[in-house]
Amino acid sequence: MTADRADARSGPPQEPSAAPGLRPLRVGPHALLVEVADTGEAQALHAELLRRRAAGTLPPVTEIVPAARTVLLDGLADPRALAADIVHWDVPPLAAADSQPVVLPVRYDGADLAEVAALWGVAEEEVARLHSGLEFRVAFCGFAPGFGYLTGLPEHLHVPRRATPRTAVPAGAVGLAGPYTGVYPRSSPGGWQLIGRTDAVLWDAAREPAALLAPGTRVRFEVDA
Amino acid sequence: MTGTGTDGRTPGTERQRPGTDGRVSRTDSRTTETDNRAPGPAGRAACGAPFLAVVRPGALTTVQDLGRPGHAHLGVGRSGALDRPAHALANRLVGNPAGHATLETTVDGCAVRTTAAVTAAVTGAPCPVRVDGRPVAWGAPVRVPAGAVLDVGRAALGLRSYVAFGGGIAVPPVLGSRSRDLLSGLGPEPLSAGAELPLGAPCGPSAGVDAVPWAGPPAGGLVLPVVLGPRDGWFTPAALRTLARGDFRVAGASNRIGLRTEGPALERATEGELPSEGMVLGAVQVPPDGRPVVFLADHPTTGGYPVVGVVPEAELAAAAQAVPGTPVRFAPARFVPARG
Repeated sequence: MTADRADARSGPPQEPSAAPGLRPLRVGPHALLVEVADTGEAQALHAELLRRRAAGTLPPVTEIVPAARTVLLDGLADPRALAADIVHWDVPPLAAADSQPVVLPVRYDGADLAEVAALWGVAEEEVARLHSGLEFRVAFCGFAPGFGYLTGLPEHLHVPRRATPRTAVPAGAVGLAGPYTGVYPRSSPGGWQLIGRTDAVLWDAAREPAALLAPGTRVRFEVDA
Repeated sequence: MTGTGTDGRTPGTERQRPGTDGRVSRTDSRTTETDNRAPGPAGRAACGAPFLAVVRPGALTTVQDLGRPGHAHLGVGRSGALDRPAHALANRLVGNPAGHATLETTVDGCAVRTTAAVTAAVTGAPCPVRVDGRPVAWGAPVRVPAGAVLDVGRAALGLRSYVAFGGGIAVPPVLGSRSRDLLSGLGPEPLSAGAELPLGAPCGPSAGVDAVPWAGPPAGGLVLPVVLGPRDGWFTPAALRTLARGDFRVAGASNRIGLRTEGPALERATEGELPSEGMVLGAVQVPPDGRPVVFLADHPTTGGYPVVGVVPEAELAAAAQAVPGTPVRFAPARFVPARG
């Protein structure tokens, strides 16, 4: 048996990763985890994979799962062949405005509004103005069906998670954690800093599509007075 | 209250279509059953499709099919029967396609009453099977008359039995699947006493088989091949030796989300944080306590603990039947087997 190219690349994380671009890692017999430098590159790679799938130039795959700095491809017949090919891909950067954003009306009255205002060094009412003035994009989903991790917060507005998670966060709650903004699709435990609430239905299994937000979806928040 | 047999005479119902010759005796058994055996709310069975009424839900009984692949990017896992070969076999025994929904029991089975005569089959963990108290065959199609109680007993070996009914469990699908995903909460609730589950129309003759394969509990415990990666580099060489040689056991906290292990801890080579990344079925994730968890059907779609390796899907049916305390050995390999 010949050495597996993808396996040969799966070194420890501290290994110098001088080679830029796409780093495919083998995940069992039928999957590939493609590692990139950051979330922006992961979003660009995800968009490229969707383009290639739509064009019929990507081998059949069951799942394409973007995350913070990886995209997982699961259900591949021959992950080794794709791993060998993908390192030669030239992935164009994400287009800035490739679709219409989903607009979510928000009442900025969250339980952690004062805390977030203090962390941002602004007055409480400024949180709404700043947050609704930004443009976000769903980097990936996880945690619960329809829960999107939205990027777009500039670094000086990143906030830590709450030290103690809440046992119940209401559906529609808009929260912040690290670089992300998210909206809870249903009531669940959660540790994000809550700044507001929307009546938008993030997840409805009977709707098509069930998820309002999918990876790649652009999102704006709007002050709902 | 009217009889349970009228459903089959409703014009246009699936049951009157040709090609359902597996129900040769259905008309007879239905008309000979008297309505005083019909369970459930008054009159319900008379005008609707046949259904199951839950008499004894068991410790955890869920509706399962082959799951809902293709939605992981939305945070929706695959779910589906943990012991897929057993699920598929149960379906085949009653003449269903493999994708029809069955009941997956845990440890102590379940009991249901049917409102119409139906063919059923129990596979997976071997257990006593009774129809109205009378012992019938495990691993073979059995006729359950209208109004009779099918009792799937405690597993003699293994954990999870699969109960198929001709036509399948016909609860409304969610994203193309009737599976209950215990992590995401999608699909029908686990069975509870008195709950009702609709049955579909039988689609073919039940299979004539003399014996069904049951591997039984593996001698000496569970051996799980592991293809190393993607994050084996996050562990020390000693940890990888421990994975290969350590004596692990199935932990009692195991469930449909993951098979948890007790045993030696795997030491990390780096204490860095791993950003969340996509997770696959069979991933061996190592949380901070160092005890490997093998992801089963209801696993989360993303996770932030490093995955040291992946157990090929075909090996997971045995994992799904391993009772707590079962010895576990991992067999790590650097290379992917020829066909996993």
